[in-house]
Amino acid sequence: MSTAKTEREPLFSAKTKKLLLGPLNKENPITVQVLGICSALAVTVKLEPAFVMALSVTIVTAMSNLTISALRNTIPPRIRIIVQLVVIAALVILVDQVLKAYMYDVSKQLSVFVGLIITNCILMGRLEAFAMANKPFDSFVDGIGNGVGYGIILIVVAFFRELLGSGTIWGFRVIPQAFYDMGYVNNGLMILPPAALFLVGIIIWIQRSKNPDLQEEN
Amino acid sequence: MENIFNIFIKSIFIENMIFAYFLGMCSYLAVSKTLKTSIGLGVAVIFVMTVTVPVNYLINNYLLREGALSWLGESFATVDLSFLSFIMFIAVIASITQLVEMIVEKFSPALYNSLGIFLPLIAVNCAILGGSLFMQERDYETIGEATAFGVGSGIGWFLAIVAIAAIREKIRYSNIPKPLRGLGIAFIVTGLMAIAFMSFMGIKL
Repeated sequence: MSTAKTEREPLFSAKTKKLLLGPLNKENPITVQVLGICSALAVTVKLEPAFVMALSVTIVTAMSNLTISALRNTIPPRIRIIVQLVVIAALVILVDQVLKAYMYDVSKQLSVFVGLIITNCILMGRLEAFAMANKPFDSFVDGIGNGVGYGIILIVVAFFRELLGSGTIWGFRVIPQAFYDMGYVNNGLMILPPAALFLVGIIIWIQRSKNPDLQEEN
Repeated sequence: MENIFNIFIKSIFIENMIFAYFLGMCSYLAVSKTLKTSIGLGVAVIFVMTVTVPVNYLINNYLLREGALSWLGESFATVDLSFLSFIMFIAVIASITQLVEMIVEKFSPALYNSLGIFLPLIAVNCAILGGSLFMQERDYETIGEATAFGVGSGIGWFLAIVAIAAIREKIRYSNIPKPLRGLGIAFIVTGLMAIAFMSFMGIKL
């Protein structure tokens, strides 16, 4: 996903580039802004549902940012939360129906977590912090950036969980049978929920040792 | 009755909202820095879960599900509105939080002062919507079962946030590697707690 972005970079100004690439590292929604962890971890046992989830969240974030930003001058501030929720819920229903129609198996695996995109804090967080105060195109780019930043963490976590937990990547067996014959065993912990927490903890650890300015006091 | 008790225990320990499904992680991580505020939020979550899950159960069974509208007449028996459930559930949750906030403010100002700021936050807590969606997915048979599930999930969430808050208060005095401080260690501690909670998985109910 990130390679496609780098090819298109010259088209964008420095500001949009920052909007797009910032969330991938220093402003990552999961590891730095602590948004959207809720539904992120439960779908990462296998790579495929994680990828679909990342794609859905990116689409919903970008489109809701665009919509709210286009409407931002007409929304009365007092009821903005309800308006935001309605826009998000409508988009999520669309995504859910499309998934049910074209990718029924994945939709079953994701179960309630597609619906939970509605309460994914990334959406409300970005709408409140960015889309309410910026132009539609910038908001759209910000939405894509944050969606991809979220997706990258999901895909990294899912990659390791699937590789170590099931010995497969995207359903294909990558650890050869000879390893199992020699006594290699899949790590059962990786399939269970705690592994996702450990992996995200480790990702945060690595990221913060590279960027000391992100470290917390306590 | 036995079944209801089973669902209650199961939703607290075995299928804990945080440790098994990671629901409500955002507020769980953001508000768990001190014990006092996390108790406030936990109580508010129990409160709202107890009300919203049964209400959404009724809405799902008498309005949205396929064939749910048959009480209106023969011609409505095949209507399936379940695609509207997301928007209905979130609307119910948002309005009930508002309602609960107003009721608490009127009748118990002391409780309102301690819960006040948390109630609006709850509308976007994934655990609440997650509770309603799980209730819909698992097809509980009676409203009693749905209520037991709602209360149990709320209590499970309360337990989790109070435990992590207490641990985080103590861990502040430990010598943790710098990059891991704060968020990083909170994740790893939650992982360890989730492993501890997994020991309940062997219990057959």
